[in-house]
Amino acid sequence: MCLAVPMKLVSREELKGVVELSGMRREISLMLLPEAQVGDYVLVHAGYAIAQVDEREAEETLELLREALAGEEA
Amino acid sequence: MNGFADPRLVRTLARAIAAEAEKLPRPVTFMEVCGTHTNAIAAAGLRRLLPSHVRLISGPGCPVCVTPVGYVDQAMALAEDPRNLVATFGDLLRVPASSGSLEQARATGCDVRVVYSPRDAVDLAAANPDRRVVFLGVGFETTVPTVAAAVLEAEKRGLANFFVLSGHKVMPPALEALLADPALRLEGLILPGHVSVIIGARAYRPVLARYPIPAVISGFTPVDVLRTVLELTKQVVEGRAELVNLYGRVVREEGNLTAWGMVEKVFAPCDARWRGLGDIAGSGLALRRPFASRDAGQFAVTLPTPREPAGCRCGDVLRGRIDPPECPLFATACTPDTAAGACMVSAEGACAAWYRHERFAGVA
Ligand code: SF4
Repeated sequence: MCLAVPMKLVSREELKGVVELSGMRREISLMLLPEAQVGDYVLVHAGYAIAQVDEREAEETLELLREALAGEEA
Repeated sequence: MNGFADPRLVRTLARAIAAEAEKLPRPVTFMEVCGTHTNAIAAAGLRRLLPSHVRLISGPGCPVCVTPVGYVDQAMALAEDPRNLVATFGDLLRVPASSGSLEQARATGCDVRVVYSPRDAVDLAAANPDRRVVFLGVGFETTVPTVAAAVLEAEKRGLANFFVLSGHKVMPPALEALLADPALRLEGLILPGHVSVIIGARAYRPVLARYPIPAVISGFTPVDVLRTVLELTKQVVEGRAELVNLYGRVVREEGNLTAWGMVEKVFAPCDARWRGLGDIAGSGLALRRPFASRDAGQFAVTLPTPREPAGCRCGDVLRGRIDPPECPLFATACTPDTAAGACMVSAEGACAAWYRHERFAGVA
């Protein structure tokens, strides 16, 4: 039930936002994340954006993992 | 961000865990507290990638599963009153009450509507001004802010006919109750990622200071979960017990302050009953005074004596005492189509996850 999905915020008008995932659009509320900006990936739960996804951190995580585990690759 | 399901990375991580696990002084058990993790782990078949002496067990983090039968009875009684329209997330529909379920109530003509968002329930209140719209508030910190926001929206729109039956629960007191249980032997915690988005890493620090144990805030992809298991294994090997946030792309130390601020405006802590864990002080949320008129608990209803399904061992599953196949009803009398207990009904319940994904593991 705590499932939340990252989707891209494609437009907003005050606290109403429109997010997109694989071509599907859905209206959500930005009441819990008023600082979200168009273009951000936001985590959506039960019709509300609840967090911004830090894409740079995501990329860095994967990069670091690949490096750290390079030794394990057989 | 598809890198988080990269099969090569998954394999490499599994190998790294196996190598690290060689150094373990004894077999270890880690608990995935969150039902969404239970489901993600089962769906990706991650248990099979782990060495036999690294065991994952499910915890009390499936909101529907820990909702006691008395709550469902109350929801049923409210649905039976024709003045009420009951709005609920779909997960709750088939959970057994002392007799019947909301789904069966609906089939006999009660007005029970499934909504995707609490906002939809507010819209139902606007569209049905002559009915009392009762939203069934079940969920943890991830979900509570959305209900708080819906209450504030109903206030703003002047919709006096929007009510909440609050069965909401918060995680830290439940973790404390688990960690205080001497019967449970745990070497590490996989902490719920989306609960943490709201309450932040800092919310766990007091509990973990009292009961030090390796604990990792984790995302839900295969790479996230395996990284978490690797970190927990390393901590055990090195004799550390630290809180590590490995879901930093969405979880911050302080959480989402706007969201939690809204929760604190609308709800106040109260004691709550959990299936399996019993009564836990300060683990529930009740509507605060200015919003008390929206508490659906005020409506007089006649309730049966709560009766948990006969033979169901959900309580032991939720405490991590048994794995689902150890329940005698598992996959015989109890299947997703003939569910005896909530842990088989909810998609996130441990029994349902095991039934769908692990039933034949080890048989082949
Ligand atoms: S298998 Fe069914 S009866 Fe047994 S604990 Fe799980 S839900 Fe309850």
